[in-house]
Amino acid sequence: MIRFFYLIEKEFKHIFRDKFMPKLIFAVPIIQLLILPFAANFDVKNINLKIIDRDNSALSARLAGKLSASEYFAASYGKDSYEKEFSGIENGTIDIILEIPKGFEKGLVVSKNSQVLISVNAINGIKGGLGASYAGSIINDFSSGLFADSAAAQNSKKIEILSDYRFNPYLNSKAFIVPAILVFLISLMGGILSALNIVSEKELGTMEQMNVAPVSKTMFIASKMFPVWIIGMAVLTIGMAVSYAVYGLFPKGSFLLIYLFAAVYLTAFMAFGLIISNISSSAQQAILAFLFFIMIFLLMSGIFTPLSSMPNWAQKITLLNPVRYIVEAVRAIYLKGAGFSDLRAQFFAICAFSAILNTYAVASFKRSSS
Amino acid sequence: MNAIEVKGITKKFGDFVAVDSISFEVGTGEIFGFLGANGAGKSTAMRMLCGLLEPTSGEAKVAGFDIYKQREQIKKSIGYMSQKFSLYGDLTVAENIKFWGGLYGLTKAEIRAKEEEIVEKLEMRGWENSFVASLPMGWKQKLAFSISIMHSPKIVFLDEPTGGVDPIVRRKFWEEIYDASLRSITVFVTTHYMDEAEYCDRASIMVDGQIRALGTPAELKKKFGRADMDGVFKDLARGAQRKDA
Repeated sequence: MIRFFYLIEKEFKHIFRDKFMPKLIFAVPIIQLLILPFAANFDVKNINLKIIDRDNSALSARLAGKLSASEYFAASYGKDSYEKEFSGIENGTIDIILEIPKGFEKGLVVSKNSQVLISVNAINGIKGGLGASYAGSIINDFSSGLFADSAAAQNSKKIEILSDYRFNPYLNSKAFIVPAILVFLISLMGGILSALNIVSEKELGTMEQMNVAPVSKTMFIASKMFPVWIIGMAVLTIGMAVSYAVYGLFPKGSFLLIYLFAAVYLTAFMAFGLIISNISSSAQQAILAFLFFIMIFLLMSGIFTPLSSMPNWAQKITLLNPVRYIVEAVRAIYLKGAGFSDLRAQFFAICAFSAILNTYAVASFKRSSS
Repeated sequence: MNAIEVKGITKKFGDFVAVDSISFEVGTGEIFGFLGANGAGKSTAMRMLCGLLEPTSGEAKVAGFDIYKQREQIKKSIGYMSQKFSLYGDLTVAENIKFWGGLYGLTKAEIRAKEEEIVEKLEMRGWENSFVASLPMGWKQKLAFSISIMHSPKIVFLDEPTGGVDPIVRRKFWEEIYDASLRSITVFVTTHYMDEAEYCDRASIMVDGQIRALGTPAELKKKFGRADMDGVFKDLARGAQRKDA
C-alpha cells in the first residue's frame, strides 16, 4: 500500500511540474463556461423580418407596429415588389417576408376576413419555424384584439392555449446547456489526461523500467487514475462555481448527488482514456483516437441536441454512450431537483460502464509482450 | 546455485527467429558480457529473462525462479537498466532515489541512507535537488545504474548501459559495475563495444540469434588466435547472415 503513495506522489509531480498542464486545468473550465453557453444559444431572436405594406392603412400600420415591437424580430419596411424583396431571402439577409396586400383593412372591416402572406427562409429550420410561429401568434393576437369589442367575438367560443413551461420557466437555454457543459468539461479533462498518461511513459522509456518493477497492474493503473480523478472533481467544483457566479445557476437538487454521479462517471471515462493510452504507442495516436471517440460520444449524448429528435436507431446507439446518462442526471439534478430515486437507472448504467471499462483497462495493460 | 540458467530458449516473431534456442549459465557474482552486433538478438534474449517478453519455447530460471510462473518474485530480485534512459526527468535526483527506493519496498530510513551513499559516491553533492533532465548524460547513466541496484538485487540486467557516451565515461561506468560485483550482485550486461568485453569475467557472442562462442576473454582470444576481443568478434560476425537492424 505504501508503494501506492509513492506512485501517486510521482503522478502529481508530473502534472503540476508541467509548464502547461496546471494552467490548462484551471483555464479550460472557466473559458469554456464563459464562451460555450453564449455560442450554443438556442434562443431565437433577431429574426430579420421584412414588412411590405401595400395597404398603407391604419390597421395595416397597427399590425406592422405590433410585429416590429416584438423582441423576436428585427423588422424593416420594404417598398419594392415581392420578387425583388425575395432576393433578400435568397441571399440570406432576410428570414421572413410579410406582405400585407392592398385591401387588407377593407376586407377586415367589411367581411371581417383578410389575408397576409408570410414567406419563410427555412434554411435554418429552427429559426424559420420558430419565426413563422411567432409571427403567426402575433397576427392571431392582433386579429383577436381587433374583434374583442365586437359582439360576434364575444359570442364565439374561443379556445386559448396557455403554456406553462416547467423546470425552466423562462426557456433560458443557458439553464439547459450549462449543466451539460459541466459534463463536457469533466469528460474532456478526465479523458484526455488519462489518454496521454501511460503513453507518455512509453515515449519517455520509463514504462519499461516500471514493467520490471514489483508493482501490480491494478496498483499501477489506480495510481494513474487517482490524480486525474481529483483534478476532474476540482474542475467540476470550479465549473459549478463559475455557473453560479456568471449565470446564477444553482442545482435545485443535491450537490452531493452531483458529486456522486461525477465520481463514478469519471472512473468510467478515465478508464476509457487509459484503454486508448494502453493501445497507442505514441501521444499523437492517443490524441487522434481520443478525438475520434469523444466527438461521437458528445454529439450523441444530448449535450447539444435533444436525444428525442434523433432517429430511432440513433437513440438506441446512445444507450451505449456513458455520457448520455450523466448528462441526463446532471441536468435533472440542476433543473428539476431530481433525487437519487429518480435517477437510479442512470446511476446503475454509469456503474456498469465503470466496471466494464475498468476491467478492460487493466486487462489491456500489457506488461510483457508476446 | 547459478544466478541465471537458460536452456534452449527461443523467440520467434512470425517466421523470424530472433533468438534461436540458446543455453547458458551465469554464476552468482559474475560479470557476464552478452555480446553481439545490433540485431543479433541480445536485447530480445535479455527482455525474456526480465519478464518483458514471452519466450516462444525453452526454459529459464532467474535467481532460482521460473520465468513463466514466478515473474513477480523475479521482479523483486532483479535490477534493470536499459539503453533508453529510464529515470524521470521532471523529478529531482533525490526524488528519483526516493521514488524507486519506495517502489522496491525500502523503508524511509533506508532510502535516506541510500541517497546519502549515492550522492557521496557519484560526487553529486549540491545536485540533489536538480532535475534529472538537467544532468549531463554520463551522470544520468551512473545515477540510473545506482538506482537500479539500490534495493540490492541478486542480479542486475544492463541493456547497452554505455550507449552513446564517450570512452572516459564508459570506463568510469565500468568501475561502478565492478563495485556492484564486489557486493556479490551478478551483472548481466549487453554491449556491442568490444573493449568492454575485456572487462567481463565471461562473455558470450551472439550471431544471428545463436550463441557462437562462450568463455572468459582469455579463453576466447586463445581459441580464435586473436590479440583482442574485437578480433574474435570480427571473425564470428563475418559469417552473419542478418544485416544490422
